[in-house]
Amino acid sequence: MNDRSAPAQSPPPAGKPAIWQSGWFNTLSRFAALVGVFLFFALLVEDGKFYTLRNLENILRQSSVYATAALGMTLVIIAAGIDLSVGSIIALCVVMIAWVLNLHYHTGGGQTQEVYLIQHWPVLLPILAVLVAVAAGVLAGMCNGAAIVGLRLVPFIVTLGSMGIFRGLAKGIAGERDIYPPEETWITTIMDPTLSSSDPAQRWMLLPPGVWILLVSALAAAALLRYTRLGRHIFAVGSNEETARLCGVPVGRTKIIVYTLAGFFAGLAGLMQFSFISGIGQPTTAIAYELFVIAAVVIGGGSLMGGEGSILGSVIGALVITILYMGGQQMGWAKWFQEMVIGAIIIGAVALDQIRHRRIARG
Amino acid sequence: MAAGPPIADAEGEPPRLRMRGVHKRFGATQALGGVDLAVRGGEIYALVGENGAGKSTLMKVLSGAVRPDRGQMWLDGQPYAPRNPLDARRSGVAMIYQELSLAPHLSVMENILLGIEPSLGPLIRWGETRRRAQQALAEVGLLDVPPEIEVRRLSIARQQMVEIARAVAVECRVLVLDEPTSSLTQRDITNLFALIRRLKAKRLAIVYISHFLEEVEQISDRLTILRDGKTTGGGNTAEMTVDEIVALMVGREVEDLYPRSPRSPGEVVLDVASLAGVEKPSSASLVLRRGEVLGIAGLVGAGRTELMRAVFGLDAVLSGTVKVGSYVGPASPAARWRQSAGMVSEDRKNEGLATRLSIADNVTLARLGGLGPWRFVLPSRQAAACRPWIEKIPIKCLAPHQRVESLSGGNQQKVALARLLHADVDVLLLDEPTRGIDVGSKVQVYRLIDELAVGDELAGRKPRAVLMISSYLPELLGVCDRVAVMCRGRLGEARPVGDWDEHRLMLAATGQEQEP
Repeated sequence: MNDRSAPAQSPPPAGKPAIWQSGWFNTLSRFAALVGVFLFFALLVEDGKFYTLRNLENILRQSSVYATAALGMTLVIIAAGIDLSVGSIIALCVVMIAWVLNLHYHTGGGQTQEVYLIQHWPVLLPILAVLVAVAAGVLAGMCNGAAIVGLRLVPFIVTLGSMGIFRGLAKGIAGERDIYPPEETWITTIMDPTLSSSDPAQRWMLLPPGVWILLVSALAAAALLRYTRLGRHIFAVGSNEETARLCGVPVGRTKIIVYTLAGFFAGLAGLMQFSFISGIGQPTTAIAYELFVIAAVVIGGGSLMGGEGSILGSVIGALVITILYMGGQQMGWAKWFQEMVIGAIIIGAVALDQIRHRRIARG
Repeated sequence: MAAGPPIADAEGEPPRLRMRGVHKRFGATQALGGVDLAVRGGEIYALVGENGAGKSTLMKVLSGAVRPDRGQMWLDGQPYAPRNPLDARRSGVAMIYQELSLAPHLSVMENILLGIEPSLGPLIRWGETRRRAQQALAEVGLLDVPPEIEVRRLSIARQQMVEIARAVAVECRVLVLDEPTSSLTQRDITNLFALIRRLKAKRLAIVYISHFLEEVEQISDRLTILRDGKTTGGGNTAEMTVDEIVALMVGREVEDLYPRSPRSPGEVVLDVASLAGVEKPSSASLVLRRGEVLGIAGLVGAGRTELMRAVFGLDAVLSGTVKVGSYVGPASPAARWRQSAGMVSEDRKNEGLATRLSIADNVTLARLGGLGPWRFVLPSRQAAACRPWIEKIPIKCLAPHQRVESLSGGNQQKVALARLLHADVDVLLLDEPTRGIDVGSKVQVYRLIDELAVGDELAGRKPRAVLMISSYLPELLGVCDRVAVMCRGRLGEARPVGDWDEHRLMLAATGQEQEP
C-alpha cells in the first residue's frame, strides 16, 4: 500500500516464485534442520547410543504428546490465535481417565465394592474413560472458543485464564492428589515400546499405538487444512479476518471450531500422556507443555500473526524439540543449560524465518 | 419519487439499483438522513462527498454489513434487503473497498472464490475452483497471473484487479468501487478505467466513489453528491463543472482551491547531492530553500518515498551527501528532528500516527521537552501545547485527549502535520500529505502549507521550507514553487512550476521525455 511494497513500475514477474520461496523448499529446510539436530547428537553422544532402535523409538514416543497437541495449536495459530491452556487440558484429560477408571469401584465403609452399570461389562470401562477424557478436552476447547468469540476477548487472555481454570478443575476432580486406577488397562500401554520391546508379541505393530494415533490425526488435520472449506476458512480468518467476514466466511463459527479441535487434539495428547506417566491420574502433569507445543508450531513455520503454518512443519518442530531435550539429557548437559539451548533455538528459528519473509516481501 | 436525479426510463425498465429514503443513525450521529439513488445497468454512477458525508455508511448498507433504520432498496425492481455481506454477494452486489481486502496468504483463486468455494460436502473442488478463478481473471484481463500464486506476491494494482475478479466471479449486477485509484499509478488507473468501461458494456451498474473529481469527470455518466448523510445534488456529469460539484460537497463556494501567497526563497536549508539508497533512489540531487515549496512528482514505485526516507535517516544511504541546515552527513530520524527537520509519512495508519493514542500524545511525540519540570511530561501541558494548533489548522475534535483513531482521515492528517508545527521544524518533508482526505481538509492543508512557506513576520515566525511528494498532479502544480520529477530512481532537475503542466509531468514521470 506504499511505495516500497508496490514497485508498480516493474511489477514482479507473475510466474512461479523462486524455488527457495516455495512451500516445498520451506518444509525441506525444516526437515534438513531436523536431520541436522539429529546428526549433531548422533555424532556427539558416545557409543552410538543415540541412534539405537530403542532411543529412536523413545524420541517418537516422547514427541508424540507434543506433536498431537501441536496439531490443534497449528490450526489455532494459523487462525491468528493462541491457546495457552493445552497443558492444563492435557492434565484435565489425564485426571478424567483415572477418575472414570475408578468409577468401577466405590470405596465406602472401609471396603471397596463394585457399583454402577458398568460392572457387568468391565471391558467397556476403559473405552468410556477414553471417551469421557476426549469429550472433556473437546468441551474445554469449545469453552475457549465460545469465550473468545462470544465475549470478543483476545485469545491470549481467555486461554491464560482458562489455563488456570482447567488446571484447577483437574486438581479439584482429583482431590489435589494423584488418582491411582485400581488396575492397569490397555490405555496405559498405548505408548509402550514395540519394536524395541523385549516382548516379541508387541513387534507386529511397528510403532506404539499412540504414535499411530498421531500419524492418523496428522494426516486428517493436514487434509482438513488443504482440502476442506473449513481449512481454507481457517487460513482466511488468520490472514485477514475482516476480508473473511466481508466474503461471508462464518468467522465466529470457524474460530469456535478451531479451538474445539485444539481441545480435541489436546485430549488425544492427554491419553498419550496418561500412558506415558504409567497410568496415574496426576493433576500436576504437563505443566508448561503449552510452551513446548507453541514452540513446535513456531519452529515448524507457524506465524503468530496468523495465516501461516503447516501440520508437517509442526510435527517436525515437535521432533526437533524432543531431540534437543533427549539429546541434551544423554550428553549429560545440565538442565539449566538445556533450557537455555532450547530457548535460543526457538528464537533462532523464528529469526531465520523472518529474514526469509523480508526477502519475499522485497520480491 | 422524491429528491435525487430524475430517472429517464425510456425503455420502461426499472433501474438496476434503487435506494429511497435510506436513514441510518449511530448513537447521536445521523450517518444517513434520507438518501435517494437510482443506478441503471450499463451506467457508471459516481458518488462524491467529503469524508464523513456518509459514503462509507451507504456502502455498508449496500453490502449488508449495516441495516438501515428506514428506507428501501430494490435490485432490478425486486426488494433488496441483505442480511449480511454474503447475502449481498449472492444477490450480485459486490464491493471493492478502499483498503485492499484480500487474504494475503491465500492464493489468487482462493481469494476470488472465498466464501463461495465450489465444494462437495466439506471438500473443496480444486479443479472447479481453478477453472472459475481463471474465467474471472480472464474477464478482468489478468491473464498472466497464475491462479495458484499467493496474493501477497502481486503488486498493489494487480491485487486490486484480483478483487475485481472476485466481484466478477459471483456474476455481480452492481459493482461498488470505493476510492479504487488512491494507491495506483497513472498507468494502472488507465487500465482500471478501461476495465470499468468493459464491465459497463456488460450492463453492470457501477457505483464509483472517489475524492478525485477529475476522475469522476472522466469516468462517470451521472453523479450524486452527498453531504452530511443527505443527497445535495447531482445530474449528468457532462453538465456539471468541478466548481459546482465542490460547492455542493462542502456546502460553500471554494474561492481558491490552491491558495498561494507571494513567496521569497531564502537560504538553502536542505541540500541533497547525488544521493543513492540501497535499491532506490539511484541518483537524486536537490536544493531546498527557506520560504519555498518543492514538489516531487513521479509514479508509485519511482523511489520518491525512498528518497525522503533516506534523507530523513529511515533508510540506509549508499552514497551521496545530505545537508540539513548546517549539518552534513547521514543521521538518524531522532537527529533529524534535532536538526529541525520533520517528516509526515504517506502511510498514516501504520507509520504516521499512533492511532490509539490521543491527539495530544501524537502532536507532542517528537518534542516532549518543556512539557513539565525536569524529564516529566504533564498531560495538562501536552494538551495546552496542542490546543493552539487544534484551533489554528483547525482539527475538528472534541478535546486534545481524544483518540486519533476516532477522527476522520482528514483530521488525522492534520494531527500528523500539527506534530511538525509543535516541533517547530524548519524543513518539512511531506509524503502525500493529502492522500485519502476530503476536499475541505485538502484546502486547509494547502492553506497551511502556504502559510508555512510564507511565514509571518508580525508573529516572528520565519518562513519554512517544504518538500512535498504527491501523485496528484493538480495539487503539485497548484501548491509548489518548483517541481522535480522522479523516474526509475532518478530525480530530474527541479523547474519552476510555470514550466510544467500535467501532460509534461506525466511524460517525464513515465520516462518518455527527459526535459520539459
